[in-house]
Amino acid sequence: MGQYAFKLPDVGEGVVEAEIIEWHVKVGQVIAEDEALVDVMTDKATVEIPAPTSGTISSITGDPGDVLPVGTVLLIIETEGEETAEPAEPVTATKAVPPAPLASVVTSAVSPAEEEVEIRAVNPSSSGRALASPALRKRALELQIDLGEIAGSGPAGRISHQDLDDFIAAGRTQGAGGNQKQSRKTGTVTEKIIGLRRKIAQNLAASKRNIPHFSYVEEVEMDALETLRGHLNAGRKEGQAKLTLLPFLSLALIKVLPDFAAANAHFDGQSITKYAPVHLGIATATPNGLMVPVVKHAESLDIWALAAEIGRVSTAAREGTGKTSELSGSTITITSLGALGGIASTPVINAPETAIIGVNKLMEKLVFERDVVVARKVMNLSSSFDHRVVDGFDAARMIQAIKGYLENPATLFM
Amino acid sequence: MKPLHTKVLIVGGGPAGYPCAIRAGQLGLDVTLVDASGLGGTCLNRGCIPSKAYIHAAGQFETMQAHAKAPAMGLTCSSPKLELSGLLEWKDGLVGKLTGGVGQLLKTAGVKVIAGHAVFADAKTCAVTLADGGTQTITAENVVLATGSSEAELPFMPFDERVLSSTGLLELDKLPKTLAVVGAGYIGLELGIAFARLGTKVTFVEALDTILPQFDAEITRPVVRWLKQHKVDLHLSAKAKGVNKKGLVFTDAKGDEQIIAAEKILVAVGRKPNTTQFGLENMAVDMDGTFIKVDDQCRTAMRGVWAIGDVVGEPMLAHKGTRQGEMVAEILAGHRRRFDPVAIAAICFTEPEIIGVGLDPKQAEAAGEEVVIGKFPFAALGKALSMGAGSDGGFVRVTARKSDHVILGIHGVGSHIAELSGEFALALEMGARLEDIAGTIHVHPTLSEGFAESAMTALGQPLHISMPRSQT
Repeated sequence: MGQYAFKLPDVGEGVVEAEIIEWHVKVGQVIAEDEALVDVMTDKATVEIPAPTSGTISSITGDPGDVLPVGTVLLIIETEGEETAEPAEPVTATKAVPPAPLASVVTSAVSPAEEEVEIRAVNPSSSGRALASPALRKRALELQIDLGEIAGSGPAGRISHQDLDDFIAAGRTQGAGGNQKQSRKTGTVTEKIIGLRRKIAQNLAASKRNIPHFSYVEEVEMDALETLRGHLNAGRKEGQAKLTLLPFLSLALIKVLPDFAAANAHFDGQSITKYAPVHLGIATATPNGLMVPVVKHAESLDIWALAAEIGRVSTAAREGTGKTSELSGSTITITSLGALGGIASTPVINAPETAIIGVNKLMEKLVFERDVVVARKVMNLSSSFDHRVVDGFDAARMIQAIKGYLENPATLFM
Repeated sequence: MKPLHTKVLIVGGGPAGYPCAIRAGQLGLDVTLVDASGLGGTCLNRGCIPSKAYIHAAGQFETMQAHAKAPAMGLTCSSPKLELSGLLEWKDGLVGKLTGGVGQLLKTAGVKVIAGHAVFADAKTCAVTLADGGTQTITAENVVLATGSSEAELPFMPFDERVLSSTGLLELDKLPKTLAVVGAGYIGLELGIAFARLGTKVTFVEALDTILPQFDAEITRPVVRWLKQHKVDLHLSAKAKGVNKKGLVFTDAKGDEQIIAAEKILVAVGRKPNTTQFGLENMAVDMDGTFIKVDDQCRTAMRGVWAIGDVVGEPMLAHKGTRQGEMVAEILAGHRRRFDPVAIAAICFTEPEIIGVGLDPKQAEAAGEEVVIGKFPFAALGKALSMGAGSDGGFVRVTARKSDHVILGIHGVGSHIAELSGEFALALEMGARLEDIAGTIHVHPTLSEGFAESAMTALGQPLHISMPRSQT
């Protein structure tokens, strides 16, 4: 009898992990080659994985709902032949892998190269200060350079004089005087775009290629809302979540969407599916790139619950702990860069959705009010619509309705 | 006398003040140094240097006595004698040489030195009472306070002919037969041990349940062992109560009152910053407890008033004050400087000597570090054995971060180990890893090999002690 350790295959380009949806086999079952073993879902598709060989299943790893990295040993098949096609090697479990049922069925997590990277990344060292000699610290202080900004190339991330020179040459010196010479730089870095970044690239290219975007920018006066928000937050105790602008905008959106169903919809080029529920996508910058975690059934939540849920799903996305189900299924998306919001933007629709609402920065502006110039807090909303299914007229009306709610925030709660 | 105006006025000529003055002078500043009690401060006149002279002489004397009693290394001598007045004279000679040298250095650097006691009327103006009774008024653009610290007194047993401070003890011209030492910190232990080696019967009374609380028990154990072997009594958790004709009265750990015979009593319960009697209250500086509050550039709350050395806080060590002094001088000359040592070594010249730089294993763990430790005994070092220093339980212990082997602290105990302190401090300042120390060729035969071997031990590959065979 041989053993065949079947690993989760790379089921699509750039896919690094997959969620187990359903097992079609169980331990002890005799299977034939090409028989369906398991359904797995990547963030692209659900795939049925066939058996690579005939034999008896001796172990299975992972339950439906578990997200496993590509390469995880999914199951071990006892084969009839003498040779061991791919022996079950003892390896180590990763964080993402749930405890394996068999002690011997675990998969390699950290390659030596990764370990090395981790050590070099320790800067400043975990004791909180950069690893550098007294002479170098003195030089840096004179140049007013924070050593914490420099990635040391030495062992354990130690910063060398060369590192400091390179940092200065890269033009990141501050206040070093006007006579700092900028050296010419050479070299290029070519990186293969894989994983999430590749997926982001593909999605955004497809969105821009397929969807004729109609973008619309409108100014909203925010004084009343800011007063209300301040009042609501003032009553919050320490430790309780405070309200940002996002829950208010979400609430306004939820209020207007029933009248603009084409903007809370999926359009595949053939037919449009209009949704009664509002599954609100929250565009979130994560260490790995842009992700859109979803607040499911936002229409059922009050302002505090909305705030809490927006916070929860975006934090989970940033920390990489979000469930796959929380990262898909949105019907409309909000994108906000907070203080980095700029004065206007042209958001790209999260296909197959039909609308995206962007929030620009809140700023004070002088406006005329009955011939008198007064200071007002204003904020722009920059939104994009799929012009194939949403007319400009309706898009404008929808944004004006949102503006109405935000400028008269009491109506949000009626 | 005509009022004097100066760019930089430094008050106190100790190991913080005089380096500040020298450096400021070198940098071309107009510097005036006012000193009331002898250039070199406590360190040169009453502290570090005199005590080390006594400790060295005491070691010589103890060795001679040992050879007289039982010949060793083929050396014998007959009835060695100690004349304390001779030792005092030698010590005073050393002190004179060093303080004279400081005066010469200040002169060369162009520093105006005024001997006298300064009292400030406001932050930038003081009146100096001169030795001849005259008064010199000085106004300054910048004032650097380096007034140092003094021995703390116990209110119920003030210093007198019999109850001595460390200064008083080092001025005795006759060796006391019995000496009670209140306080088993580094000053009490250094001097108490030196007098024990000179032939005095010494007893320690310490309020805490350990000697040298800043060091862990593993490091202090050889000192405790030395005290036991030399019949020096150590009463821990004991509180001094007062003095009577017979000796020192104290309550022991059980709370029972005891009296130990004591011709002299050394009170070494710490040092307090000198913050009174020079008009500090007129200078509008902020305080940090009993110390003057400063930032990482030694600026006080008052613009143009700086403070350095013992008067700004722990550690009250000469080498810290010296660095602060140099730094302030450079800042005053327009350089950008900050006091940012990775670590300041602390040494006790006990028997055997103790050194600590950086974090010990417990402190490192408390700081959230996972550590590896390497310990190497002097008993396995040829040089230590050939110096007769291999049997006092000495060792070097290095503590490093487990993940990247960056050294977090180095501690040690053993004869002459203080001389390794420079390499220890350098290792921490340079951010050395265990591999750096193990990879540096250390001269054979020297005690410094012990440091390399401790790093190799932490890496699991020492040469001169046995380790279980491992996969490394």
